[in-house]
Amino acid sequence: MMADSGSNEEVAVIGNTDITSTETESNIINTMVERGTALLRKMEINKHGQLKLFQVGGAPAAPDTLWRRYSEFELLRTFLLVTYPYIIIPPLPEKRAEFQWHKLAADNLDPDFVERRRVGLENFLLRVASHPVLSNDKLYFLFLTEEKGWREAVLETGFQDKVDSRLKSLSAMFRVKNPDKRFTAMKQYSDELNTVISQLLRVRARVADRLYGVYKVHGNYGRVFSEWSAIEKEMGDGLQSAGHHMDTYAAQIDDILEEEEHYADQLKEYLFYTDAVRSVCKKHELIQYELEMAAQELISKKQQREELATGTVRVFSLKGMTSKLFGTESQEQRESRLAALEQSIQEGEETLKEKNTECKEFVQMAWQDIERFKEQKDKDLREALISYAIMQISTCKKGIQVWSNAKDCFNKM
Amino acid sequence: MSVGAPRALASSGQKPITEILHPLSAAEEPLSVTVGGDKQEVALTNGTPVETSSPASTSSLFNRLQLDDDLEADVRDPYADSTEMRDLFVTVDDPKKHVSTMETYITYRVSTKTSRVEFDLPEYCVRRRYQDFDWLRIKLEDSQPTHLIPPLPEKFVMKGVVDRFSEEFVETRMKALDKFLKRVADHPVLSFNPHLTAFLTVKDLNKRQGLALLSKVGESVKHVAGGYKLRARPAEFCAMGEYLDTFNQKLGTIDRIAQRILKEQSEYLTELREYGGVYSSWVGSEEELRRPLEGVAGCVTTSCGALEDLGDNMSLDFLPVLREYVLYLESIKNVLRKRDQSQAEYEGRLEAAILRKQEDRTPMPLEVEKCQDKVECFNADLKADWERWQSNKRHDFKQLLTGMADRNINSYEKSQAAWESLITLLQDKQTEDKTSETN
Repeated sequence: MMADSGSNEEVAVIGNTDITSTETESNIINTMVERGTALLRKMEINKHGQLKLFQVGGAPAAPDTLWRRYSEFELLRTFLLVTYPYIIIPPLPEKRAEFQWHKLAADNLDPDFVERRRVGLENFLLRVASHPVLSNDKLYFLFLTEEKGWREAVLETGFQDKVDSRLKSLSAMFRVKNPDKRFTAMKQYSDELNTVISQLLRVRARVADRLYGVYKVHGNYGRVFSEWSAIEKEMGDGLQSAGHHMDTYAAQIDDILEEEEHYADQLKEYLFYTDAVRSVCKKHELIQYELEMAAQELISKKQQREELATGTVRVFSLKGMTSKLFGTESQEQRESRLAALEQSIQEGEETLKEKNTECKEFVQMAWQDIERFKEQKDKDLREALISYAIMQISTCKKGIQVWSNAKDCFNKM
Repeated sequence: MSVGAPRALASSGQKPITEILHPLSAAEEPLSVTVGGDKQEVALTNGTPVETSSPASTSSLFNRLQLDDDLEADVRDPYADSTEMRDLFVTVDDPKKHVSTMETYITYRVSTKTSRVEFDLPEYCVRRRYQDFDWLRIKLEDSQPTHLIPPLPEKFVMKGVVDRFSEEFVETRMKALDKFLKRVADHPVLSFNPHLTAFLTVKDLNKRQGLALLSKVGESVKHVAGGYKLRARPAEFCAMGEYLDTFNQKLGTIDRIAQRILKEQSEYLTELREYGGVYSSWVGSEEELRRPLEGVAGCVTTSCGALEDLGDNMSLDFLPVLREYVLYLESIKNVLRKRDQSQAEYEGRLEAAILRKQEDRTPMPLEVEKCQDKVECFNADLKADWERWQSNKRHDFKQLLTGMADRNINSYEKSQAAWESLITLLQDKQTEDKTSETN
């Protein structure tokens, strides 16, 4: 690992802190090392708004750097979403700035926003790199190594066909007869998490706004103390220097709030994650539903066969009714219909078996990923909260320092 | 109140006597304003006696004091006086509500301890209401027009806006009254004024002075010496006037800033409370994250409490003192005007006398000489008082501002402690988990 990695990691996860501990370091880089994916990305923005990737190590004969735009990241993600519907795909950073407190620009070209987005994109790639399943995806590898032919390669997979069906599954309204309780619970949790994080981000932005006001008004003391010191003899020096400290205090808020943005970004990542969780749960629902439908159809076909064979009508069918009305059919017709039904039933049983397997596999892989996700979430959010506490301590210390300095000046008045 | 009980002396001036350091002593302590001692409960209904801070007995303290009749205005540091020459101690405390058929009002206990011969007894205790303080101030202004009389807290409060009987209002007012009386008692001339003596000693001030219907006459109306115009104001008095004007402006600005900060902090507090609430509500969906989330919610709550205290303190201790000084400046400006008037009168009479002298060679009339004396006394008194006032002002503002700094530091310290203990808690848990994992 290059020495650079440390600083990039800090930016993505923790921020500047006084307390350093190996436990609080993100495990993403470590995981990557473990899995032997020695790819390190450092990104830069060039004037065309494209993102530059630096790649160190990795595949031989790979170029050192290649360029990727935001839209290519989106393409990669969509591909992954469709190809691995049972995996909670890591989210991309927001396209437009949301939940901003008023001083922060909502402008997409603002350098701070662009930088934070860069960090978010890097984070996305690192998440994928450290995922036990996704990290093995060939197209992900090509994303990092093949600048030119990558887009074509993605399109060649024909994943677009699946895109439509996925969209359908997400928006469809269907009722599952026997929902899997675990998935229902997970979907509910994900919705709750989404709600609470949105709320938190909104209120946090208002808190930031207000705190900004408090600090900045103190700057006015600086000016008035300075003016006042002009008419004083012994008190003058003390007042003047105290005034400077008030200016320092007012300036502190800018850094404080900038640091807090990292915390907000960590929360946002999980806010966006909830969408991915929801989509896995919905996909599961769809599969379950299709399974139920297949089973239902098979039962109905079998019943039809029975009726046909025994001549009793238990289930309404149009054929049955018309034959009642217009006279029974000949033995030949009957036998051909039976044969067709048998065929259909066989196909139906095949389908049912497939659906069953599909469902079982999906459940197994999805649940595995959900468990992995839950652990990751607990760890990451816990670290985020700790780093938030560290930020608060730092803010307090800075405040105490400046007021103590001001107090010393007052004492010299 | 029993007078003979061996109790600690109530303090006059800024500190109890046992805490006042000799100016030449090495250690330096931050000075603190006490109202008859340390923190006290403001009791409106039962008048619990106030704890005074120093435990020294009356007699031993008396022994340390010089009984000094030196009345000259001492232009040195006022606290040099206190260790050697102070012999009059006054305190205002113990507010009580009085309800009568006609009105409801608050009285305060005014305690006096003194070794001066002007007083019959060494200790006194009387109850006074704001009206009585107002009477005293008017009398002092009338009888000592050449001196700077300390201000009283504002007289009128809008009945709908401020609750005159709320604890905060009464406490703030009482502190201001205490300060007023202490400043008067500290003054080398004012403290010997017979009206002060009456105020401190007479049981029933109303009856004796018949002041019930006395209304405060506009100060500018008195001492108008019939239209004399001032020729040349001495430079130092000009400087005083300019200083007062600028200082007044700056105080006004500081007041506005402080109020703005209070407003912003209050709005911040509202949002912060809601913010903490969201963390609390999140706890319900989580298992592993319960502890950290509850912890964060707790720390935010603690920070809210600290901030609230900060705001309350600033309202109670900082703003009233600023406003008091604005009133002080007004009253000083009035004295400057009176001085101008008396100089104008003298100059007017002098001019007239000179003209007459030229005509009929009469000697300088007595009134002119009297006027000259008056002006010279006035100038001397004013200069001395001004120096004393500047010195007091410096001390007062040093205290005020260091107090403000202290409160802010305090608020941050409380918050920091809460967050630090959360980190400790969470990191302990982390090491706990790790060791159990490896086991």
